[in-house]
Amino acid sequence: MEWIESIKKVVGSEHVRTSSAHLLTYSYDATAGFQAMPDAVVSPGSTEDIRQIMEICRDHQVPLVPRGSGTNLAAGTAPTSGGVVLLFNRMNQILELDEDNLCIRVQPGVLTLDLCNFVEERGLFYPPDPSSMKISTIGGNVSENSGGLRGLKYGVTKDYVLGLTAVLPNGQVIKTGGKLAKDVAGYDLKALLVGAEGTLGVVTEILLKLIPKPEHQRTGIAYFQSLEESAATVSEIISERIIPATLEFMDRGTMDAVERFMNLGLPKDAEAMLLIEQDGEAGQVERDLAAMIDISVRNGAVITAVAETEEEAGQLKAGRRAALSALARKRPTTILEDATVPRSEIANMVRKIREIAERNQVEIHTFGHAGDGNLHPTCLTDIRNGEEMVRVERAFAEIFEAAIDLGGTITGEHGVGEMKSPYLQWKIGDEGIDLMKTIKQAIDPLNICNPGKMFAKANKPRVVVAHG
Amino acid sequence: MVSALQEKMKESFVEHVSEELLTDCMRCGFCLPACPTYLMTGQDEAHSPRGRISLMKALRDGQVLWDGSIEDSLDVCLGCRACEPACPAGVQYGTLLEEARHAVLDAKQPGLKEKAVRKIVFDGLFADQKKMKRTVGLIRIYQATGIQKVARASGMMRLLPKQMSEMERVLPQIRRKVRPAKPTQTYKVAFFTGCLMDTMFQETNSRTIELLEMAGYEVDIPANQQCCGALHGHSGEVPKAKKNAEKNILAFNHQDYDFIVQNAGGCGAFLSEYGKLLDTDEARTFSGKIVDISTLLMKAGFDRQLQAISKEAQSVVTYQDSCHLRNVNGVWEAPRTLIGSASGFTYIEMPNAAGCCGSAGIYNLLQPEMSAKILAEKMKGVKQVGPSVIVTSNPGCLLQMKVGIEREGLSGQIEAVHIVDFLYESMKNN
Ligand SMILES: Cc1cc2nc3c(=O)[nH]c(=O)nc-3n(C[C@H](O)[C@H](O)[C@H](O)COP(=O)(O)OP(=O)(O)OC[C@H]3O[C@@H](n4cnc5c(N)ncnc54)[C@H](O)[C@@H]3O)c2cc1C
Ligand code: SF4
Ligand code: SF4
Repeated sequence: MEWIESIKKVVGSEHVRTSSAHLLTYSYDATAGFQAMPDAVVSPGSTEDIRQIMEICRDHQVPLVPRGSGTNLAAGTAPTSGGVVLLFNRMNQILELDEDNLCIRVQPGVLTLDLCNFVEERGLFYPPDPSSMKISTIGGNVSENSGGLRGLKYGVTKDYVLGLTAVLPNGQVIKTGGKLAKDVAGYDLKALLVGAEGTLGVVTEILLKLIPKPEHQRTGIAYFQSLEESAATVSEIISERIIPATLEFMDRGTMDAVERFMNLGLPKDAEAMLLIEQDGEAGQVERDLAAMIDISVRNGAVITAVAETEEEAGQLKAGRRAALSALARKRPTTILEDATVPRSEIANMVRKIREIAERNQVEIHTFGHAGDGNLHPTCLTDIRNGEEMVRVERAFAEIFEAAIDLGGTITGEHGVGEMKSPYLQWKIGDEGIDLMKTIKQAIDPLNICNPGKMFAKANKPRVVVAHG
Repeated sequence: MVSALQEKMKESFVEHVSEELLTDCMRCGFCLPACPTYLMTGQDEAHSPRGRISLMKALRDGQVLWDGSIEDSLDVCLGCRACEPACPAGVQYGTLLEEARHAVLDAKQPGLKEKAVRKIVFDGLFADQKKMKRTVGLIRIYQATGIQKVARASGMMRLLPKQMSEMERVLPQIRRKVRPAKPTQTYKVAFFTGCLMDTMFQETNSRTIELLEMAGYEVDIPANQQCCGALHGHSGEVPKAKKNAEKNILAFNHQDYDFIVQNAGGCGAFLSEYGKLLDTDEARTFSGKIVDISTLLMKAGFDRQLQAISKEAQSVVTYQDSCHLRNVNGVWEAPRTLIGSASGFTYIEMPNAAGCCGSAGIYNLLQPEMSAKILAEKMKGVKQVGPSVIVTSNPGCLLQMKVGIEREGLSGQIEAVHIVDFLYESMKNN
């Protein structure tokens, strides 16, 4: 193919892979059920390389799929229209740490955990901590606007993006934002690119805000005999004006799986668990944690504990950390969703998820970030069983429906990609889809950048569920 | 056009590689940062655990056809199994790799060079202890006389002159046979001597017994033990591995013992998986009794015996994990605690001590380039710590670290030793 030769001239042939092993191993991401072979896998070395690649792709109408570590859960990097998979393995440097302006400039291929460790060694802090941070890239985090355990108190990736460099589908390079706390010069193009999932161009450099590292941290845990009690605890903590660093939730099914996997001695009759963490100035942390444990007990917690040492904190966190592992071991296929509701609706949502699972006879357990209403209903199934998969898909459609009915969204942090594109209209309506399409059309008229993602060929008809 | 080999390969994968185990992988990518070959190739997914599993599955499902690039991906895998503890879904990568290599071997005639290495290593050296001793005997003559001809006669030198002669240079001087143990009290322990350890590292083996006795164990060396079969298993020679396993279970009448102890991480891991390999209750009971020397010494509180000796710390010691001891058997703390308890040294952890050293069975012979790259990276970490001693728990790692020291021109400054020798010297210096 002529265009492959042209790209080889730009980056050097050793950075263009077309072997069957490469085409296959870049045919998937972490999303079950989506796989397609690209035509080439390309590792550019600079923004300029990418600009030239973009022009070649535009001139030959070849799809361009930017890919970090391929851990997204929305089929965002499965090259379902073929074309080029664009990697950032050669663009993975930390370029500048600016301690005067508390910010850091990086290339998109830097791994999230490496960035966190780098700044923490210097007494600084980058809070967004998706569970996949050991392997996810900053480019992927920015393009998905990823959240994490610390989202309630510290916000998500978009709250830390100060500036971006990006190559647009027309081959132009734009720089937006800067080392500025305030900047209202024109439309906020940076905000448009954050969470764009590679559909509006390629992010090639990122300027991130840092904050001072909190000096102190404490962990506590509370078990409840009903969902309502745990939900009431969450509401009361927030209405008492306490914003904990993390407030994590597990339901009974998840705890059962964890217990079977790890034998931590979790109470058998508990319906819900809250893991509570606070960080900041020592005195404040102690007061907040004591108050939160108090609130838990007042709302009916049967067991509470506060870690006295880092080791004990590790033990308390072990269960929640192992949630996904424990669940994933139960059945061949694990589907991790992220329906999100206002936090006041958490108990309602968890109950609805349970009803939906029962009605469709599928196994779904829920854990997640109670503080910000971001739940992870996790379905354990077997993708080889076609009949069961039909029920799984129906169950998830009903879960999205239920979330929207409660004022929530179909995805809190994983993104739309190809997987959830048929449901996007449910959340943002025809008007929302129209406006988004207009933006996409204006920026990428030839549909080169990550085609097939975000916008569905057809919207799913909304399921009408008898709420029982 | 689908070639006959490609057709055969697909069938072979269907026959040998378990679909159940393949579907356990949810492609989350959490194993990638743990994989040395992924990191050393500049994050090439084709050289990652997730990539290899997806290739195995695609071959099995007929999504891709066998070719050189896929072969390369599977061949470059170290089999270090660092991907397993990193995996949230409990994917049994080690088993999948064995199955895949079995499938490949079944479908394809190995290449000439590989065949020669396999023949010498598997049918010759490791199949039975006697031949092994003969070869080692030859190497000893070589060491004593410097007559290269003799080493050539063993067939090894000719194949890969550079790697082998490097290996040969760092081989220990081979000494007398292990003397029988003197019984004491408490737990009854059977010692799995290991074929490499029994031939090239005899002194380490006698010291293993002495250490165990100092710790209060009663040690036996059952006769008729065989090579554990790990090298066979890891290279796809599963039937041969099974044969060795059966012979060993027979040789170790395990009802007689509380533990079966070994001092080679690679063998230990394989012995502890006989249960999985043979899928019999007998094998599972055998595997349940397998323990490594460090864990057994810790069980007897040997760290306190070491601490009782007081001597000022004069130099730095560091530890290179045995991949399989750590990743398969989860043992990493015991050796560190023991080394840290030895007097006369300060223990400093080297960066990425858990990462494979590139020895990986016969990997350093089959994939010399990648092995050298990994070793060079490892030596960078070693130099940061600046130890006078690097302690290891496996003969392969020990030789590899010696090669590393040699390559960096650090002989005389740094010494690589087996943990048994390190602990023994610490006790003896009392
Ligand atoms: C087990 C598990 C747990 C997870 N936990 C969380 C969690 O807690 N919170 C959370 O938010 N997410 C989570 N995720 C989802 C995923 O890890 C995140 O979306 C992450 O940000 C993806 O990073 P990546 O480097 O793998 O990106 P990829 O998956 O490679 O790409 C993600 C998207 O970004 C685009 N992209 C990547 N780089 C660029 C670039 N430079 N320019 C333009 N577009 C680009 C891609 O085209 C794609 O659409 C989890 C995933 C798994 C498997
Ligand atoms: S065994 Fe080692 S080299 Fe092979 S895939 Fe696993 S981590 Fe990578
Ligand atoms: S961590 Fe486990 S489940 Fe995830 S990609 Fe690796 S092998 Fe598969």
